[in-house]
Amino acid sequence: MDIQNTIKQTVTENPVVLFMKGSAQFPQCGFSGRAVQILKACGVDKFVTVDVLADPEIRQGIKDYSSWPTIPQLYVNGEFVGGSDIMYEMYQSGELQTLLKPAGSDA
Amino acid sequence: MTGPSTQWLAEALAVLEPEHLSIEDDSAAHAGHAGARSGGGHYTVTVVSARFSGLNRVARHRLVYTALGDLMKTRIHALALVALAPDEL
Repeated sequence: MDIQNTIKQTVTENPVVLFMKGSAQFPQCGFSGRAVQILKACGVDKFVTVDVLADPEIRQGIKDYSSWPTIPQLYVNGEFVGGSDIMYEMYQSGELQTLLKPAGSDA
Repeated sequence: MTGPSTQWLAEALAVLEPEHLSIEDDSAAHAGHAGARSGGGHYTVTVVSARFSGLNRVARHRLVYTALGDLMKTRIHALALVALAPDEL
């Protein structure tokens, strides 16, 4: 299976997926760490993270997948939501909590 | 609004005809970490442009990324971005 199909499968089979640098426990980048904190602040306790530093093919592939040049990238129910700045704006306005409610939040 | 060291960035964003543009160079705070090794800088950019009116956040950021083109792979390692329409100030 090629990398684009692998990514598509990952984001469609899991309700909340964050492509990031490092892991939720040990983020390797400030923006990725911020994205994890925002998801937790939204009450999402079940989300999948993909460490792009572990696989150069995914690191480039995810940028191509959504034509988005930066990491982290958040996907909810297969849809690209945005990077950490967009996540933070949506968190502040309450949109992100609404979007995530049926997807992985216990709230 | 912007210093001489980030003039190249301001020039790249001029195609968006910004009503307001601020660029902060955060590179010094990240000197030495793994991502800084490639030479790209860390920047925080706030753009206010009529081009963003009626566009969602993803579309706005894409406009900025398109304006920056290859700079995202070369001179810019990390970019914190706020993209506002004039009536959202």
